[in-house]
Amino acid sequence: MNIMNLFSAMPGALAQGLIWGITAIGIYITFRILDIADLTVDGSLCTGGAVCIMMMLSGHNVFVSMLVATLAGMLTGLMTGIFHTFMGIPAILSGILTQLALYSVNLKIMGKSNQAINVDKYSLLVSLRYIKGVVFYKNSIFVVAVAIVLLVVILYWFFGTEYGCALRATGCNGNMSRAQGINTDFAKVVGLMISNGLVGLSGALLSQYQGFADINMGRGAIVIGLAAVIIGEAVFGKLFRNFGLKLIGVAFGSVVYYIVVQTVIWMGIDTDLLKLLSALVVAVFLAIPYWKGKYFRKPVVKKEERDNA
Amino acid sequence: MLEIRNVTKVFNPGTVNEKVALNNFSLTLEDGDFVTVIGGNGAGKSTMMNAIAGVWAVDSGQIIIDGEDVTKLSEHKRAKFLGRVFQDPMTGTAATMGIEENLALAKRRGRRRTLRPGIGKKEREEYRELLKILGLGLEERLTSKVGLLSGGQRQALTLLMAALQKPKLLLLDEHTAALDPKTAAKVLETTEYIVNKDKLTTLMITHNMKDAITHGNRLIMLKDGKVILDIKGEEKKNLTVEELLHKFGEASGEEFTSDKAILG
Repeated sequence: MNIMNLFSAMPGALAQGLIWGITAIGIYITFRILDIADLTVDGSLCTGGAVCIMMMLSGHNVFVSMLVATLAGMLTGLMTGIFHTFMGIPAILSGILTQLALYSVNLKIMGKSNQAINVDKYSLLVSLRYIKGVVFYKNSIFVVAVAIVLLVVILYWFFGTEYGCALRATGCNGNMSRAQGINTDFAKVVGLMISNGLVGLSGALLSQYQGFADINMGRGAIVIGLAAVIIGEAVFGKLFRNFGLKLIGVAFGSVVYYIVVQTVIWMGIDTDLLKLLSALVVAVFLAIPYWKGKYFRKPVVKKEERDNA
Repeated sequence: MLEIRNVTKVFNPGTVNEKVALNNFSLTLEDGDFVTVIGGNGAGKSTMMNAIAGVWAVDSGQIIIDGEDVTKLSEHKRAKFLGRVFQDPMTGTAATMGIEENLALAKRRGRRRTLRPGIGKKEREEYRELLKILGLGLEERLTSKVGLLSGGQRQALTLLMAALQKPKLLLLDEHTAALDPKTAAKVLETTEYIVNKDKLTTLMITHNMKDAITHGNRLIMLKDGKVILDIKGEEKKNLTVEELLHKFGEASGEEFTSDKAILG
């Protein structure tokens, strides 16, 4: 175990963590703001990647490709939204249905299960190769960091607008929102579309970064995203009260996750076990608020009983 | 102002749990009426409110607010006519949002929500003045999350929100039932003030006969999804609890225990 190996892996982990940070911000919007666990992301991440790579391979500009990938992600959110609101299917099941459907869609987009793109032949925005020995503005870490700041500024603005407030109210209290004239079904669909648009964009960046889109690239994305949200809140929650900073905290949470993963890999763990570990860690962190309420509440009643005895 | 024509609503039709909640129910409110509603458990009081608010579609009949037939309108579309306060203080406000944000949401009831800022600068001052009416010191806590407020404070805020965009009809569904007596009295006082200030047409369900007699210019009693008593004008002014109990006995042919009314 050479510590230098770990250090040299860190910039890669940072870049990958930041790219996944965009997915995590998308998941934050559904999970925390809309109060929906949206499993669409496992499929929409790959949709974004597949669309971006195929567009670029057929000669489109990288920015146009990424824009279309984002729109494709939004469409997947629309699909889940229609399942959930118009067809009355529970949110989790709606996401699972879309995710399954997207497996076929993604295969059709790519034509096969994996499509590679050559960094030397195409002008990619981010890549594994653009981590060391490039000017800073071409460095993938810098590029993704700028993208995150831009996205957070846009989201911060949006959730402060009249419609953004209506969206937040919908997630917080549906009855109240409808009583105040908010079409909560429509708001949920909009929220799901924004979220999955971000995930699609994240997938587009990820596929460029790793140099290929793969049918399995989104597997477990929801868990990684939730891990990032939870880590971000646990580590930066006390520090970041402002909504915009919270989103940045979630992106940082994703970076922390990837640094931990890199460290675990460096320690020589069987990489087949990574997803098992991720799932267990997320399960424990999701359980903490529940346990806090159940086992660590102040024993008010018991004290009274003792006094009576 | 409000006209309910022969509305029927049956829950769980065709099952052993079938319940006729509203049975060919009709009621007309004049402009500026403040009607208190009493009745036992399952009499159809809350069902009537939900039918007006459009929580679900009614089986038959018509609901007309301010001359417009709203029977087929969805809940959020009817919201522009209505101010609503619920029994559960948690229902009327968004807990994770600030006091001013909640007011701003209510301010935009019935308007298109755009990409303009959620709260304008002038609005804050307006809300600060408005909150002073409540006398709860909330005007100093504009950005506090509503989840930090007590049940009474939340109900008072919900009232303010309901009246912010002067509604055609104010629906109060046992809005003091979950509060302790002192807080309930304070919230009722605020209710009276707000209703009088804007001359709001109001429907108020209460489980407290005294409150039903003291407030408003008209009192209706529901039983089995129908209005069985309708008292207004001078008669309402001179009404006592004993008289009301007696009248109920006459109208329904059975004893009205005040316990039943309290529990309902």
